[in-house]
Amino acid sequence: MKVHIKTPKKIQALVSAAVVGLSMMIPVAGMAGDTIKLGVAGAHSGDLASYGLPTVNAAKIVVAELNAKGGINGKQVELLIEDDACKPEVATNTATKLVSQKVDVVIGHICSGATKAALPIYKAAGVVLISPSATSPDLTQSGEYPNFFRTIASDDMQARAEVDYATNVLGVKKIAVIHDKGDYGKGLAEFAKGFIEKSGKAEVALFEGVTPGAVDYSAIVQKIKQSQADAVIFGGYHPEASKIVSMMRKKRMDTVFLSDDGVKDDTFIKVAGKDAEGVYATGPQDNSKNPLSQAAKDAHKKTFSSDAGAFYENAYSATVAILNAIEKADSTEIAAVTKALQAEKVETPVGSINFDAKGDAVGVGFAMYQVRNGQFVEVK
Amino acid sequence: MDYFIELFLSGLTRGSIYALIALGYTMVYGIIGLINFAHGEIYMIGAFTSFIVATVLSIYGFPLLAIVIVAGVAAAIWSSAYGYTVEKIAYKPLRRAPRLAPLISAIGMSIFLQNYVLLAQTSDFLPFPELIPEFAFMEPVAHIIGSSDLVILVATTVVMLALTLLIKFTKIGKAMRATAQDKTMALLVGINVDRVISATFIIGSALAAIGGLLIASHIGQINFAIGFLAGIKAFTAAVLGGIGSIPGAVLGSLILGLTESFATGYVSSDYEDVFAFSLLVLILIFKPSGLLGKAETKKV
Repeated sequence: MKVHIKTPKKIQALVSAAVVGLSMMIPVAGMAGDTIKLGVAGAHSGDLASYGLPTVNAAKIVVAELNAKGGINGKQVELLIEDDACKPEVATNTATKLVSQKVDVVIGHICSGATKAALPIYKAAGVVLISPSATSPDLTQSGEYPNFFRTIASDDMQARAEVDYATNVLGVKKIAVIHDKGDYGKGLAEFAKGFIEKSGKAEVALFEGVTPGAVDYSAIVQKIKQSQADAVIFGGYHPEASKIVSMMRKKRMDTVFLSDDGVKDDTFIKVAGKDAEGVYATGPQDNSKNPLSQAAKDAHKKTFSSDAGAFYENAYSATVAILNAIEKADSTEIAAVTKALQAEKVETPVGSINFDAKGDAVGVGFAMYQVRNGQFVEVK
Repeated sequence: MDYFIELFLSGLTRGSIYALIALGYTMVYGIIGLINFAHGEIYMIGAFTSFIVATVLSIYGFPLLAIVIVAGVAAAIWSSAYGYTVEKIAYKPLRRAPRLAPLISAIGMSIFLQNYVLLAQTSDFLPFPELIPEFAFMEPVAHIIGSSDLVILVATTVVMLALTLLIKFTKIGKAMRATAQDKTMALLVGINVDRVISATFIIGSALAAIGGLLIASHIGQINFAIGFLAGIKAFTAAVLGGIGSIPGAVLGSLILGLTESFATGYVSSDYEDVFAFSLLVLILIFKPSGLLGKAETKKV
């Protein structure tokens, strides 16, 4: 019985708190008629907060700098920061809240799942969304979300980079696709298989998974040899990659070996030793020589006296890109902003970027590296 | 046909790798009826010891053969010390306890040793030096079978024969068999059962250490977790062959290795474990005590 008496009280308290909260918000929303409202949505609490908070910092830094210079076409930029904890069910609430606050554009969300859940709400409200970190290929390639943009390469970009390099630059005809049965490795391998089949330039000679940590990979290596593949594309991490490469070289096979950024790690070179020579691996583009990247990191250190976290540069670039588009379009209307995002190249820490018709950033992606004399060297 | 031979040879290598570890499982089980889950970790410690010794010696420029021998001996001694200590700490106090107690204690030891090496050494993969050189006479067949495969095959055969001889013809071997048959009776006829059990752990651990050196040199990398999967597979092989039987452990290991190799070669490597464990289930249905195992009779 006690429970029954207690519950209504709790609800009452909640309702009254909500009412107070709402009444406090109305004047804020009313005052801000001539500002540009930039929403920042993502994981700001919970397990994945470390992925979301650097984006908040990036937005704060860019916006503070811009406002100090007089804002966009005379308008100040106001930040609306909302947490979605990377949970799809929370993200829909976050989106509804931001839309009800008449947000103009949103930086976010951080996780692909949450972004997907929130997108229809923004789409209905005509709000442009730009994510620094949601990598699910579907978000742009399905064509369902014309209001979605991102400053990070999608998951399948690595597989595409590997297949393009193998078929166009190396000119291989038969490719064995091997993976480690994990989410990351198998996902990549499946994309690679799809791209090879679609390209028509090469055939998939073999598609198989190996057990990570097994004592010996000679059987699968024999099978690769039997398939007469010219190249192996491996999806997975460096411990398995080095075992397979070493075994191939031991069996005197000079088959080309291409892999992903799970392999582009100095440990791979250390462990595989001389067998690592000539192995290709994709990895994120190196931005360290870009002065804007250094400036963005320095600004973070100055403002927050700590090093920037995950996706910071992507978030910084997203904020710069979207604010630049609003300035060029002189509007926050979805059609005008979209057009400006696609047409105007903008200098950001991740390079000089604009966006393609689907929403992916042109000029952001993976580069191909090859092991030469014990080091990963970028190859074209 | 070439493809078949290649798969057969890689299956044999894999089987021999399992056998080097499985022998330790089967010896301990044969004598005290305990599944020593920490055995895979003893193998891992052997690999680490030989790694450290070999690295130090190669800095001082010792010849390869000397490095292999010194590293092998050091690893065998060090691992034996661990095996001996594990038995004294974790199993001896529980000798009269119900069977489940030492089993849990063994799993605990396995987890403890893994984490101990993780903390004391590193969580990274380490490049293991190539202690088995590429022999010149193997060059014509290098595309089918490597030098390290050959060494592992030979080592497993030698070790199995030596163990069989030791158990059949030496005094300690006789004492081991007596202890395995009836511990109380062995005590009554004047056998120091504790010493026999210690000797079993020492021999098994030394074998695992030699296995650690050979296998790590074959694979080329080690880390703190290599003992777990290798241990599970070797244990499976020992059960398949009939746990407690020395030739059974080798037979079981070879069958497991060949099954995995052919499953990869002719079906798909995605299914190698499925085939291996289906075979285990099948054999255990028809021969519950394994291929060469003796049916356990209840002592009254």
